[in-house]
Amino acid sequence: MRPAPPAVSCSPRLPPTLLACHECDLLQHEPHLAPGQSARCGRCGALLARNPVDSLDRSLALLLTAAVLYLLANTFPLVGLELQGRRVEVTQFAAVLALWEGGMELVAALVFLTTMVFPVLEVMMIGVVLLPLRLGRQVPGLAGFYRLVRSVQPWGMIEVFLLGMLVSLVKLSHLASVVLGVAFWATAALILVLTLAGRAFDPRLLWVAQKGVA
Amino acid sequence: MTPAKPPLTARTAGLLSCHACGQLSRGTGDHHPRCPRCRAPLHPRKPASIATTWALTLAALILFVPANTLPMMTTVSLAGSQTDTILSGVVFLWQSGSWPLALVVFFASILVPLMKILALLYLALSVQRGSRHAPRARTQLYRAVELIGRWSMLDIYVVTLLVALVRFQGLATVDAGPAAVAFGAVVVLTMFAAMSFDPRLIWDPLSDPDTPRWRPHD
Repeated sequence: MRPAPPAVSCSPRLPPTLLACHECDLLQHEPHLAPGQSARCGRCGALLARNPVDSLDRSLALLLTAAVLYLLANTFPLVGLELQGRRVEVTQFAAVLALWEGGMELVAALVFLTTMVFPVLEVMMIGVVLLPLRLGRQVPGLAGFYRLVRSVQPWGMIEVFLLGMLVSLVKLSHLASVVLGVAFWATAALILVLTLAGRAFDPRLLWVAQKGVA
Repeated sequence: MTPAKPPLTARTAGLLSCHACGQLSRGTGDHHPRCPRCRAPLHPRKPASIATTWALTLAALILFVPANTLPMMTTVSLAGSQTDTILSGVVFLWQSGSWPLALVVFFASILVPLMKILALLYLALSVQRGSRHAPRARTQLYRAVELIGRWSMLDIYVVTLLVALVRFQGLATVDAGPAAVAFGAVVVLTMFAAMSFDPRLIWDPLSDPDTPRWRPHD
């Protein structure tokens, strides 16, 4: 009979550079990456590891910009319609509310979550994850919050929303003249900034900070 | 002569890879192991991956029918009332001269959801049969499904904005139709289906040559 496997899960005998591809499970060694480089799996081509440049400061700066843009995008009108001197403007929340009042509660909730709630979770990374890391503080919930942000990320769909806005404006352009609002441009910029912030952030920062305390 | 050694994966080496932080750890025999670094639950493969993918994809396939046949939008104005399905919305855009947008909506609302459902069915079926055919191409197909799936939400947003803008303008009323609920459900279900599918299962038959083929009575 073989002896029972040791109850220690983080065995020191596993080389620190060893990792498994998350898409094909092939074991391989992470190559040494210069800042800005990334490595791909030799078998299936999935992204294996990244080493973003100056990750903490850049993602902090980008997410602070994103916070300002998010506020603009949600307080100012997205689009306006002008017809015979009358002008109506719609904010994002008013659009969701109109759908809700029209009896489409499920669809309204879906739009509200995907365009307003999930994107703001990513912005909240500043306060919960990045600032404590920058200040060198130890916060217990870091990894859990990062996991939450990662798991809702596919559901934040402001870029699809922006395209939907363009389509609906074309559909209405024969009825009235269309004016793009402040929030439209803020949303467009927010998409860009959030994409860059996602690329700048290096999740390894979370584990390095943890090791420093243990 | 012995055949070439099969590629060593984390599973064949008895290691668990954390899906959240990538840390490798040895299995402890615990029934609910957690990542030693970030405390995320660990599984050698996503639990009940293929069964969940089947269930969600089939549900999406069923809802795809009402999403395309029921009205997406009802417009009531002085000129009368008009109901639009997804397809008639595309036709309207095409006839009013904005054919690039007509193509975008056609791709996002009809072609992408349909291709996504078909791709997920093919992936689930090929994994279940223990196929060794073109694993890299199938992984790329999976990646494409994950990447473009979100764009199907387009029509939901279009309806949201039309409802709001036209209502506040006061000349007509636009209401979202029952297809909006069905269509939203198709998008959400296919996204969950893609998330529950584990691409590592595509590669598993290559690692151990004795992988038993799936049999209906197992």
